[in-house]
Amino acid sequence: MKSTRATQEPRWVRYTLLSVGLGFLFFFLGLPLVAVFVEALAQGLPVYLEALKEPETRSAIGLTVGIALAVLPFNIVFGVAAAWAIAKFDFKGKSLLITLIDLPFAVSPVVAGLIFILLFGAQGTFGPWLAEHDLKIIFAVPGMIIATLFITFPFIARELIPLMQSQGKDEEEAAVSLGASGWQMFWRVTLPNIKWGLLYGVILSNARAMGEFGAVSVVSGHIRGETNTLPLHVEILYNEYNAIGAFAAASILALLALVTLVAKTIVEWRMKKETEMLNTVLAPEKT
Amino acid sequence: MSSFRKSVSGLLLSLVASAALADATLLNASYDVARDVYKDFNPMFQKYWKAKAGESLELKQSHGGSTKQVRAVADGLEADVVTMNQANDIEFLADKGLVAKDWAKKFPNNASPYTSAMVFIVRKGNPKAIKDWSDVAAPGVQMIIPHPKNTGNGRNTYLSAWAWALKQPGGNDQKAQEFLGKLLKNAPLFAAGGRDATTTFMQRKMGDVLITFESEAEMIAKEFGKGEFEVIYPSLTMQTEFPVALVEKVVDKKGTRKQAQAYLEYLWSKEGQENAAQNYLRPRDPELLKKYAAQFPAVKTFTVDEVFGGANKAFAVHFKDGGSFDQIYVQK
Repeated sequence: MKSTRATQEPRWVRYTLLSVGLGFLFFFLGLPLVAVFVEALAQGLPVYLEALKEPETRSAIGLTVGIALAVLPFNIVFGVAAAWAIAKFDFKGKSLLITLIDLPFAVSPVVAGLIFILLFGAQGTFGPWLAEHDLKIIFAVPGMIIATLFITFPFIARELIPLMQSQGKDEEEAAVSLGASGWQMFWRVTLPNIKWGLLYGVILSNARAMGEFGAVSVVSGHIRGETNTLPLHVEILYNEYNAIGAFAAASILALLALVTLVAKTIVEWRMKKETEMLNTVLAPEKT
Repeated sequence: MSSFRKSVSGLLLSLVASAALADATLLNASYDVARDVYKDFNPMFQKYWKAKAGESLELKQSHGGSTKQVRAVADGLEADVVTMNQANDIEFLADKGLVAKDWAKKFPNNASPYTSAMVFIVRKGNPKAIKDWSDVAAPGVQMIIPHPKNTGNGRNTYLSAWAWALKQPGGNDQKAQEFLGKLLKNAPLFAAGGRDATTTFMQRKMGDVLITFESEAEMIAKEFGKGEFEVIYPSLTMQTEFPVALVEKVVDKKGTRKQAQAYLEYLWSKEGQENAAQNYLRPRDPELLKKYAAQFPAVKTFTVDEVFGGANKAFAVHFKDGGSFDQIYVQK
């Protein structure tokens, strides 16, 4: 009896905490989410579907997904490389690298966008050179990809560093001493060990990439049907008094987020299962 | 990696560029509620240009806050033409050398193909009996406007009230400043932009009067219903201009001067003017103005050039740091 009292809070504390938590979730997450769909469907399903058929809305959906896909390979390569370097090696400036990885979390997205204007804009550092060679970065899709990359690159590295650190380098060392080449070691040992963590990082950065507003807004130029992503499109439709269109586009964004959420939950579940399995297998050896 | 990127950008392009191959492409950078005007105007011009020059044009639109848009053009957004709702914004591009210094003379009517007027939107039945600027400044009335320092809407309201006070018997700058002090006391808040002000007034039901463009009243009706409010025309108000200009640097680089020039000129054609009227913007063509008289009641207006000696001067005197707005607002 005594032991349960020490580890268990009184009933009223538990219920108060629970209702505060759930109430907060309901008012700040549930209600707005419902409101998006209610507003989008305010004039019935046909009007909603008509709003989604709008070519500019469809191109915004395509661009949003396209940019998220385009930043993915860069994020994976960078994230794995950075996490690998930090978790498995000791070198000078390691803590500096860790700090730099966190930079995008600390910098406001709007400022991040402005940095790229200062670099690649017409009056920016590389602006004249780009104009001479007829290369367009800012106010075109490449600039939007770069801005999204800046915002999303910490996610995978941040997810992998603690995972790789906890795994240590024993298995890799074993592989190498058994004659595996660098690539063999990476593909057969490291990657299988980190795959769920990597996927989790991919999903998080993907969600951020699709929802990004500030940085992308600064470098987009808002050309309809060309450089307008879904979040930007929602804003412009709303400003034009096209509430149905705005909320219909927002509902697509919300759906993309929900899909991400489900994928994230599945990955989390698999990750947990795998570590449990690993622990039961390894348990006897460890003692 | 680069081949992957190529395939991704190829995918993006095919997703995005649904338009067929065009002889030339024009980008029109515009303010954020201009969509309806140019949505109808662009296909009209495409047809006209095909018949006249035998070229098929692709017309692209970029929309955003007026000031944000010209900043983007200055930073390299390759717009062939800018169609804005404030002369200051085009002056900004002229200062940067992107637009001709004498841009206002390059087209008729001060380079503004259509106009609007600042009007009062009051609640149904006009419960506070607001008829003129003096009623808006009366005690107990709440006025909803965007911030006068950094929005076109807010500036136009401020200057309209100032001009009205100047034209009252015995009016002078000092009295006008006093009147503005009284008026601004009736603003419970300054909205961030035109759309915000509308939401505050229509959806949150704050305030007794919203001051905005005549053309915007129609958009409000589209979203919130016509029976929800009344439009009141004060005894004197500002005729707001929507200046357009060619972005010289861009058209020279892209070789689109001819098309861009024709595009802007076409705004003054019968079709272009009628399209403006249908979007509740007052056409310059007197015949069309008469034809649409029912939706454009006669109202006594002034222009910024007449009363304030130009948009730049008005900005310097009233909205720059330390200008009349700051003086009034610090006193308050």
